[in-house]
Amino acid sequence: MRNALVIAGREIAAYFVQPIAYVVMTVFLLLGGWFFFALLRRFDLIQQMYLAMQNPAMLQRMNLNQMVIEPLLHNMAIVLVILVPAITMRSFAEEKRSGTYELLLTAPVRTGEVVAGKFIAAAVLILVMVVLAAIFPLILVLFGNPEIGVMASGYLGLIFLGLAFVAVGLFTSSVTQNQIIAAISCFGALLLLYVISWPAETGGGTWSGFLRYLSLPEHFATMVRGIISTKDIVYFLSVIAVALFLTQRSVESVRWR
Amino acid sequence: MIEVKNLTKIYGTFVAIKDVSFQAKKGQILGFLGPNGAGKTTTMRIISGFMPATAGTVLVDGLDIFTQSLEARRRIGYLPENPPLYNEMRVEAYLRFAGKLRGLSRGDLDAAVEHVLEVCGLREVSSRICGQLSKGYRQRVGLAGAIIHEPQVLILDEPTIGLDPRQIRDIRALIRELGANRTIVLSTHILPEVSQICDKVVIINEGHVVLEEALDQLPAGTSLEDVFLNAIARERGHEDTEAEEELEEVGAGRSSAQ
Repeated sequence: MRNALVIAGREIAAYFVQPIAYVVMTVFLLLGGWFFFALLRRFDLIQQMYLAMQNPAMLQRMNLNQMVIEPLLHNMAIVLVILVPAITMRSFAEEKRSGTYELLLTAPVRTGEVVAGKFIAAAVLILVMVVLAAIFPLILVLFGNPEIGVMASGYLGLIFLGLAFVAVGLFTSSVTQNQIIAAISCFGALLLLYVISWPAETGGGTWSGFLRYLSLPEHFATMVRGIISTKDIVYFLSVIAVALFLTQRSVESVRWR
Repeated sequence: MIEVKNLTKIYGTFVAIKDVSFQAKKGQILGFLGPNGAGKTTTMRIISGFMPATAGTVLVDGLDIFTQSLEARRRIGYLPENPPLYNEMRVEAYLRFAGKLRGLSRGDLDAAVEHVLEVCGLREVSSRICGQLSKGYRQRVGLAGAIIHEPQVLILDEPTIGLDPRQIRDIRALIRELGANRTIVLSTHILPEVSQICDKVVIINEGHVVLEEALDQLPAGTSLEDVFLNAIARERGHEDTEAEEELEEVGAGRSSAQ
């Protein structure tokens, strides 16, 4: 565990020195802010419309959570699909190219600890991003009356989603020494997980049930609506576990080739 | 201290090294010689535990590098051909990281970093960024990282390549010093380097050992160069004839085709 933290510490320092972390956080918050602004404008416009139409029934049904936070979280999730490959692409590919891989693999450190260290580092970055993005609901709390529990559940979902993305990204980075290949295959895998249930939308049966279970947004959407169910947590944890296991195998495979 | 037994490494169908065996005792500096592409780096990567052999074993201090890998790796310092530096890190931070990775405790770390900064002459660059260092300094930082945990065994892959004459002299002096109470395996294709600093020489060619001899056991009056060229030429000898035969066959094939 200590070794994993040593590696994580170096990784995090590298994120901030390089300065990938700042760029990624800026882009994430900038886009998030833009979505937030747009959604809030829309909310405001609709509210004024109903006020002008003197329609109290419709006004009653307006909901900050549903009209602002939900779409905001879904949009930020899409931004993560694009940003996470950029965060994770260098993790193993860069080490292989620059030769530092030999330092890591000849040190008295288990491959599992190397993978854990890299995962912790990227996870910390994701956590920082999501926590900073909590500024948006905070603004709503200060000037409105949204449901805090529902928002917290959605943000928790965003963290799980980010961690699952990171695990997939680590795997694609571990199979190549080319960062662009790592990033593009990660992006492809994440996008596929996003749209995997599309063919299932029309049909029923076990097959489409299975595809729907695999689909990331299905599970994320439940959490965004404020429902934290074991089923979804298990799904995210399984994606993380499977991807990290594959990463560990792929790092270890240098030793059997 | 190091026992290399019948190492064979096959990449797909390419045989990189075949049945390589040699040993080095404590206090010995072993020069690992061979032409480019002879399998030096492959052998050293196997000894250092970076990758396994297809067959054969390596014992470091009696520990098997494959089955007791973590314990064995703790005793090894390895400097690959390209020093494994993180280009964005400062020299001192890099050395601290290398030390922590090798399991140095917080208490020992400061002293160890101070020590290698001194020994490798890195004091004046300790706060520079690794990516901006000259080749000579990179090599020395790599070496400092490899010896920071006071390993019993040092594996150095072409440690003097790309250095200027003064730096070469410094590094050689440093290696001699380090070799006094350790086992060092040093690969090179610079022959004078071996006669200057090594106690023992192993010559490898096309993936197998053609000579293993203590330097003072070499026949008097023959230079290492002669020994090296002879050993390789003996090999080349029958291969050249094979190659010629092959060429003749090809030639014959062509003329018959015409």
